[in-house]
Amino acid sequence: MADIAASNSTVATRAGRNSLHKLVQRKSTVAFLMALPLILLITILVAYPAGYAVWLSMLNKSMVRFVGFGNFEFLFKRETFWEIVAQSCLFALTAVLFKAMIGFVVAHFVNNIPTKGQRKWRGMLLVPWVIPAAMSTLSWLWLFDPSYSAFNWIFAHIGLPKISWLGEAGWARFSVILVNVWAGAPFFLIMYLAALKSVPEQLYEAASIDGATWWQRIWYVTLPMMRNIIAITILFSTIVTFANFDIVRVLTAGGPLTATHVFATWAFKVGIESGDIPLGATVSLFMVPILAVAATFILRDISKRGSEV
Amino acid sequence: MVSRKVSRRRFVASTAALSTAAVAAPFVRGAYAAGKLSVGFWDHWVPNANGATEKLIKEWGEKEKVEVQIDFITSQGNKLLLTTAAEGQAGSGHDILAQNTFLPARYAEILVPMNDLMDDLIKENGKVNNTVEYLGKVKGKWLGIPATIGSQIKGPCSRLDYMKQYAGLDIKAMYPAGEAPKADNWTFDTFLKAAEACHKGGHPFGIGLGTTSDNVDTIGAVFNSFGAVLVNEKGDIVIKNDQVRQALEFYKKLMQFLPPDVAAWDDASNNKFLVSGQASMIMNPPSAWAVAKRDAPQVAEQCWTHGFPSGPKGRYAPFLPFFWCTWSFSKNQSAAKSLLRYLSTADAAEKMVNASGGYDLPAFEKFTTFKVWAEAEPPKGTLYHYPNPHNHQILSVAAAPAPHKIAEQIYNQGIQTQMAVRYFKGEALEKTIDWASGEIEGFMRN
Repeated sequence: MADIAASNSTVATRAGRNSLHKLVQRKSTVAFLMALPLILLITILVAYPAGYAVWLSMLNKSMVRFVGFGNFEFLFKRETFWEIVAQSCLFALTAVLFKAMIGFVVAHFVNNIPTKGQRKWRGMLLVPWVIPAAMSTLSWLWLFDPSYSAFNWIFAHIGLPKISWLGEAGWARFSVILVNVWAGAPFFLIMYLAALKSVPEQLYEAASIDGATWWQRIWYVTLPMMRNIIAITILFSTIVTFANFDIVRVLTAGGPLTATHVFATWAFKVGIESGDIPLGATVSLFMVPILAVAATFILRDISKRGSEV
Repeated sequence: MVSRKVSRRRFVASTAALSTAAVAAPFVRGAYAAGKLSVGFWDHWVPNANGATEKLIKEWGEKEKVEVQIDFITSQGNKLLLTTAAEGQAGSGHDILAQNTFLPARYAEILVPMNDLMDDLIKENGKVNNTVEYLGKVKGKWLGIPATIGSQIKGPCSRLDYMKQYAGLDIKAMYPAGEAPKADNWTFDTFLKAAEACHKGGHPFGIGLGTTSDNVDTIGAVFNSFGAVLVNEKGDIVIKNDQVRQALEFYKKLMQFLPPDVAAWDDASNNKFLVSGQASMIMNPPSAWAVAKRDAPQVAEQCWTHGFPSGPKGRYAPFLPFFWCTWSFSKNQSAAKSLLRYLSTADAAEKMVNASGGYDLPAFEKFTTFKVWAEAEPPKGTLYHYPNPHNHQILSVAAAPAPHKIAEQIYNQGIQTQMAVRYFKGEALEKTIDWASGEIEGFMRN
């Protein structure tokens, strides 16, 4: 009996070892194990903080009572909050539009530069994007500074009136959008340039043979071929621009009055500076459902087109 | 390159030997037998001012056999504020942490009461002003010890030459060094006339109307001088009153004579405006003067720090105190209190004030007559009136006497400066007041 039992246990151990061996050998298991560090990192640095923010947004001001969607209800009744919503939309949509347009135009220019000299242009044009935004915005702040504005110094020398860049609501909005466009346009440029390079030359040749004008080539060849990249780039940029903090914080801190506040700076003002962390979390989460729905539609459209191809 | 492979047997043998040696070793009383203490203090603007504090703490640590770790945390980019918020949330952090204005009240439930220590310190060092008591004592509990480092009055710093040339005011005669002020005529009317004259002369007053601390502190003192209260001590919104209207009318007149972009000013803007030689007056502690002394000595030679003009309800000046607080989760509370007692002696306070060149202003009554303020130059006596040695003005904070959790939001969101700018930009007075009332209603939630 003992022998049989021993032999059974040996067989069971061997079978177990075999199945473990098979499991480890499976490609999906290997892939999972290799992705595990990243999954853990995302869980710790993204999923947990996001979940914690959702939890915070459902607490009362002193963070001792669960209030469900009470903070959202409260925000919807605040005049200042709707000003922030309008400003965030103006800021993000205008900035993304200009970044996309400038990126598209400059990508064409760069694409037309001979390959030999193209690399240095690409490098130079990427500089605004690779410098940490907080640092480059500091330089912009000095250019716009109320007392020492370099732009105003030039204006004064050519007889133009001084502009209150950060002191007037309109000019302050213009300034933060300008800096965001300056910093973000190279991202569009590099994505569009990559897309342009992947458009087969034969398509343009065929279009030329058919007598297509420059505009028709753009409209019927370039744009359809770049559609997916344009959609993805705009989606990413919209999300990042809506969540922008550093440029507005450094340049205007949301002022004058609350004229340039966006969700992130207002969330910081309310949550950290004024000590209402749940309300700050609520402000920062406000755009999540809207952006999530937009992202779902855009990504579904892209995958649909991908499967059609 | 020599490589040496450690076998499992050798590893076990070595660790066993080490463990035996460690367990068998006799207990040796170390230099830091009384434990460890971690301290997070405000990182001073004034170069080398941290040095005096560090030296004092080390002296205390050696005497008390406590190992002290000191972190000087900058308030640039809100780092100190973020550290405080993170430690409060995590329930872990420094044993002593510097917290300014409304922060002790925000964390009142998780701070160690300091009543025993404060009672002794008040007996030894004299009373503290009402603003320190309002900010640091909640429901009879002292939440921290008023810190020497970083505490400040944000009074006027005027250019002697411009004020005389354009406004005909002899500031030095009004606030003579070593003597009580002779400034009965220094009222809001005189102030407005001087602002207009200096503006005409091309050197306007540099008074910001952004939402950062310097801007809010100034308008807070002006509102107090008019008796303009937004929320009373019971928490009732009382903003619709004539005093608030008068204060806003005053600001509307004043703003005509200020630089056009003051609504965008932060805490550095007024300093730059003075140092660049453009300002006739700013509202600031002597840091701007100290920078001018280094970078623009010809400007510093003309600077004189003095008292606020008086309004219908008195002469108020903004006081911005820091507190040294201990979290209730601190593991070495007795050592923390011992260090705070040491740092609150007259000798220690004077060393810190000297190191800051007179910037730091202790809150205790007997600590406002140190030599450094009388001797600071150029010009000689420029800081004599900075610590309010003759109690010529009432020290105050914006949004007081509202309950702290409401006042904190009025202060941090710059409701008063926003009201002034809105009204100046053409909004109807009652509409501005309604807007502010609505905002404050939102701050009432619990």
